[in-house]
Amino acid sequence: MTDSPPPLVRFENIQKSYDGRILVVKDLNLNVAQGEFLTMLGPSGSGKTTCLMMLAGFEPATHGEIFLKDQPINRVPPHKRGIGMVFQNYALFPHMTVAENLSFPLEVRKMDKPERERRINRALEMVQLGEFGDRRPAQLSGGQAQRVAVARALVFDPDLVLMDEPLGALDKNLREQMQYEIKHIHENLGVTVVYVTHDQSEALTMSNRIAVFNDGVIQQLAPPEDLYEKPLNAFVANFIGENNRLLGRITGVNGDSCTVDVDGGGSVVANSINIGGEGARTTLSLRPERVAINPEPGSLPNIFDANVEELIYLGDHIRTRVAVCGHDDFVVKIPNSSHHASLEVGNSVKVGWNVEDCRALDSSD
Amino acid sequence: MALPLHATTGEKIWYYAFRTICGLIFFFLIAPIIVVIPLSFNAVPFFTFTEAMLTFDPAGYSLKWYQDFFTDLNWQGAVKNSFIIAVFSTLIATALGTVAALGLSRPEMPARTMIMGILISPMIVPLIIAAAGMFFFYSDIGLASTHIGVILAHAAMGTPFVVITVTATLVGFDHSLTRAAAMLGANPTRTFFKVIVPLILPGVISGALFAFVTSFDEVVVVRFVGSYQQRTIPWAMFSGLREQISPTILAVATLLVILSVLMLTTVELLRRRSDRIRGIDQ
Repeated sequence: MTDSPPPLVRFENIQKSYDGRILVVKDLNLNVAQGEFLTMLGPSGSGKTTCLMMLAGFEPATHGEIFLKDQPINRVPPHKRGIGMVFQNYALFPHMTVAENLSFPLEVRKMDKPERERRINRALEMVQLGEFGDRRPAQLSGGQAQRVAVARALVFDPDLVLMDEPLGALDKNLREQMQYEIKHIHENLGVTVVYVTHDQSEALTMSNRIAVFNDGVIQQLAPPEDLYEKPLNAFVANFIGENNRLLGRITGVNGDSCTVDVDGGGSVVANSINIGGEGARTTLSLRPERVAINPEPGSLPNIFDANVEELIYLGDHIRTRVAVCGHDDFVVKIPNSSHHASLEVGNSVKVGWNVEDCRALDSSD
Repeated sequence: MALPLHATTGEKIWYYAFRTICGLIFFFLIAPIIVVIPLSFNAVPFFTFTEAMLTFDPAGYSLKWYQDFFTDLNWQGAVKNSFIIAVFSTLIATALGTVAALGLSRPEMPARTMIMGILISPMIVPLIIAAAGMFFFYSDIGLASTHIGVILAHAAMGTPFVVITVTATLVGFDHSLTRAAAMLGANPTRTFFKVIVPLILPGVISGALFAFVTSFDEVVVVRFVGSYQQRTIPWAMFSGLREQISPTILAVATLLVILSVLMLTTVELLRRRSDRIRGIDQ
């Protein structure tokens, strides 16, 4: 990444261990640009929350240095870092009204009353809770409480806001609505957001870039499209979106493409991304919507016989599970268009795909 | 808890027997306290009901024991001492107990159970032993027969109540609130006074009330550590019972009962108010 504007946050060779033996974060290097929405995505225990806690100042880094605006902050206590934060359980002060909650960071900063009121009103308008200043947190619904938490984290105009799975406690519809609201607030204010979640659709919806964590290491750092379209390893391919995996051995490498003998039989021509040499094991990754049913013979380089095992009607598409090349968990998404192939369980069909859509990645086993 | 329609005869008998037993237990607990109240209006210096009292003859009743209490310098000195000692020992016990409970609630605190055990030991050690120990210790360092000595002794006895009630309040305390306060820029001192104290206040208040009552009706320690100059109301009552049996003691007892009821009511109202403010309506 070219650092034309200096990054707002810089993790430099950060390591973290809680017990002095096992590293939960291994040599992390990460830059967060000014105004960026960066999501740390990963399964639980992958080190993403630990990274956020180190940035907030609640956990010390075992090794390495974190920079905020080019200043090292390892020795700066949380209350002097000037970072906003939204917590998963909202963490609103229950003994204060909504307005008093928002006023708290402003009083700490010794702002006078008119200025505080102006900012509180502006922040409440921003989250569409203008009338709720006198309510107490216990009188709010989950979505309203989370909006207040967002407003409180932004009311003192921090350069950086951290969000620790803020939508985890909300139901599905509300979560989606809040995703758009947070995204729009980010776009309107230009504030830098570092967001932690284990929900990939949340990450894909809101982020400029996503850092996929696993096992204390960033597996891939990329914009959402690239993460889905161009995963660099088998973990990312599997973690982001639905993915078909075919395991096999490389028999030939030819420039950008390679030939792979799939374990259950069949030879596939794939796009070589992250592979060893000839004879090495590989995982082929293929998105279900990139597979064609009954293609014209010769129109695609990879065409195989398949047997329909299961059909699940999902409205906009039909999720079809077929057995191909000895793998019976191969999924094809057939769009529910007016002239889609009508299949029955037990049918023999042909499935085919392009070289570019089938990515040969590291062997995950 | 009405009796269900399908109750058997045995269940019906037990239903009424249970209520009777409960009623008897309450009577056993409260009767000795209640009986003191009419006796304190006795016109003659006896601890029993006179014939005039039983026939509700106004001549059988009088306020002279109350008058005695409010004019006698011995009693007035005791009242003053009781309040001074109770107020200051409560303040010390509340401050120390609250801080101790907060420290003990932190997961990184080492030897929590042992420290907790030591802190609440004044509740468990037989009072007479604690009092004797305090007497020798305070004599050596010149605190025996001083107000400060009695205040410190009572503070040590009141602290466990505050530790226990505040610890109970902290069980449900959401520690992300202190983190949130830090992220909003509040230093630890501000976080303590603006966020932690308001939220644990119900526990602090009830602990303080227990500490106050403990000091206010304590007689053993004050007899060992204190002297006539530090006489509290229980000290004076104890002496009164031994030396001159006067119904003034009953008048004092009645006033103490009323004071206790008032204090408990106040604290309960305060607690409800703070729950309501925090929106914890049941």
